[in-house]
Amino acid sequence: MLCEQCGERPATVHFTEIVQGQKSEYHLCEACAREKGQAAYEAMIGAFSVNQLLSGLLHLDPTATPRSDTPAPRCESCGLTFQQFAQVGRFGCPDCYQAFSRELGTLLKRVQSSDQHTGKIPRRRGGVIGARRELNRLRQEMHMRVVEERFEDAAQLRDRIRYLEQQIESQA
Amino acid sequence: MSLSDFLSNATSKWLRDDGPDSDIVISSRVRIARNLTNRAFPMLATERDRQTLLDEVAAAVKHAGIQELGSFELLKMGDLTDVEKQVLVEKHLISPALLESPGGAVILRNDEEISVMVNEEDHLRLQCLLPGYQLDGAYQMVDRLDDALEETLDFSFDETKGYLTACPTNVGTGMRASVMMHLPALVLTGQIGRILSAVTHVGLAVRGIYGEGTDALGNLFQISNQITLGQSEEEIIGNLHGVARQIVDHERGARQYLLRDGKEQIEDRVCRSFGILAYARQIDSKEAMQRLSDVRLGIDLGIIKGVSANILKELMVATQPGFLQKYYGHEMSPAMRDVKRASLMRERLRMNDGE
Repeated sequence: MLCEQCGERPATVHFTEIVQGQKSEYHLCEACAREKGQAAYEAMIGAFSVNQLLSGLLHLDPTATPRSDTPAPRCESCGLTFQQFAQVGRFGCPDCYQAFSRELGTLLKRVQSSDQHTGKIPRRRGGVIGARRELNRLRQEMHMRVVEERFEDAAQLRDRIRYLEQQIESQA
Repeated sequence: MSLSDFLSNATSKWLRDDGPDSDIVISSRVRIARNLTNRAFPMLATERDRQTLLDEVAAAVKHAGIQELGSFELLKMGDLTDVEKQVLVEKHLISPALLESPGGAVILRNDEEISVMVNEEDHLRLQCLLPGYQLDGAYQMVDRLDDALEETLDFSFDETKGYLTACPTNVGTGMRASVMMHLPALVLTGQIGRILSAVTHVGLAVRGIYGEGTDALGNLFQISNQITLGQSEEEIIGNLHGVARQIVDHERGARQYLLRDGKEQIEDRVCRSFGILAYARQIDSKEAMQRLSDVRLGIDLGIIKGVSANILKELMVATQPGFLQKYYGHEMSPAMRDVKRASLMRERLRMNDGE
């Protein structure tokens, strides 16, 4: 079998990728495989990015297609345009997430399971965020107790909520 | 230098040590992406930006919190030879992309279980790689390192989107957790396709390692999470854990089935492969991986005795081009590599004969 990239040398590197049920096979010669080093490496250790899939999704998204009558969206901090982002599938800086939030639309929800982070919060810089997340959790729990008519438990939760609210206010 | 000295000096701890379930799980890895605030990601950073970042990270590593985690060394890609860089890639400590990335560097703990890539796609990629099934341990280690670095570095974090990364497929936790598994019995009994396609339907990805799908080279498969936003680190690891446990159980079941219902076939297969590795004068990497997989299965099933079970992962790495060049001390053509690969295999198998 010849290398599917250059069509000249014999294909000696073979790998298969199955991402969410989509199977792709690659048959490359050593030289082209080295060029595709990153792809091969990702096949070996687990990809950190799926940017082809990503730009595919962006082109499908009607809200993401730039219109000619409005200036192309651009991130003020790093100068990256949305067009450039769609091509490379990479942001230029952390501010791009805010700058392109409208164009991104539901993209995050489609490539991820939701658009809301529920994981780790930075220990030093995330104190208030952690307290706010705890507050939301306590409020939900309090409503549950009220529905269950467990009013004593609900009152205890209400006191903790008040305490946390004061804490957050004093830090703000 | 003797081969045994070379292997113990040149390989990482994860390649030499065993871990829980290491008859099936080769290694566990957790990697998280972190970026500093108020500056461009490496793709758009200037040379000076990259240098500044490197200096800041180097200073952060000297901080007490990091020193408690062990002894670290910073290696700049620009200071390394091509072979040294290649070997780091083959040991899974850095990505090939880091080699192309200007200002790229890696911070390595002396046992090479922890590595931090600087100036790759993200400012920082923290990795912990452990032998056997130790996903929880790998995450705890990366988590501690993350906390220690965050004491002096400001990481980009958004309340709703989590840790901000260069690629939106990493945003949120920024975490990729994976296990590498050796699944020869599931492949031989033809169950692998069904199991792997089930895995891809629960938000996980499966990759054959240099192989073709259900016929992955060396029967090695990598299972990792696809989703980084909307699930916590614990949920991601928990999902992976649940699936990995089931696969381990299925593989063990399939191995028992092979021993019970096809003992002669499996013994023949394993011993033939052992014979080829012990006597071949040239062998390509594809055949080498398949034979090594057979021999490893033979060791696990008690058919082959007196050979270390680590031979699979050790030789899968040590017969890569960079390692071969490092051991033999010169560059070589692919044909020459096949000859040297066979020679190294023979030598390695003899190494255990005396034990």
